[in-house]
Amino acid sequence: MRERPLSPHLSVYRFQYTMALSILHRISGVWMSIGLVALVYWLASAAAGESEYGLASARLGSWWCRVLLLSWLAAWCYHFANGLRHLAWDAGFGLERLQARRSARIVVVVAALGLLLAAYLLFCPRAGGA
Amino acid sequence: MSLRSPLAVVLGRGAAGEGVGHWWAQRVSALCLVPLTLWFLVALMRLPLTDYAAVSIWIASGWNPLWLALLLLSLVWHSRAGVQVVIEDYVHAPAAKLVALLANSGAHLLLLAAGLYALLQLLLRNSS
Repeated sequence: MRERPLSPHLSVYRFQYTMALSILHRISGVWMSIGLVALVYWLASAAAGESEYGLASARLGSWWCRVLLLSWLAAWCYHFANGLRHLAWDAGFGLERLQARRSARIVVVVAALGLLLAAYLLFCPRAGGA
Repeated sequence: MSLRSPLAVVLGRGAAGEGVGHWWAQRVSALCLVPLTLWFLVALMRLPLTDYAAVSIWIASGWNPLWLALLLLSLVWHSRAGVQVVIEDYVHAPAAKLVALLANSGAHLLLLAAGLYALLQLLLRNSS
């Protein structure tokens, strides 16, 4: 079969930070898809009974699971904020270049604040549990 | 001149052979997830998560099982749609693409079934 032209050729474009935000939306989304396993594991352990739940919450509360949970919460903060941006675009708002760049900066700030809040809740001693 | 048949134009089907259903499903589930994920995360923050009795009672009380079921459904729906698009964009070999798409659907279906089953068990045990 004849070779067909392919698109998009991302490498021909000059890098802009909005491109990084775009691919980060996919990365954070796929990462949270893996996190679904943890959510279902948590629910299933609660359904299995008290001793299983105790084991699961001890596992989820371990430091390396807290790091994972933090990564999923941070991914959610970013994906949530940037997702609202995408929904606004789909509705026809904020498509001008200046508007899109301004909303990109807002998304980064919101996600950073969310990351800090999640880190505080997961790692401060009073939070308790996972 | 368009290469698309008049029927294809009327049905609004693109090159993938389907209409805009996938696109809409992704947006609608995204909209559902805005309040549902916010509600769930705030609830998790307020729950004493190491206390089994408190957690299992909370899951089964009031409207919570309904919101949790809707949360699971929208999460799985949205997640499957998102991963599907990523596979379609980056996996080019037809056989590998088919296998990846099937694995994606299967894994998400399994997660949904397991989550809903756990929810049902908790509901039946704690509602009496």
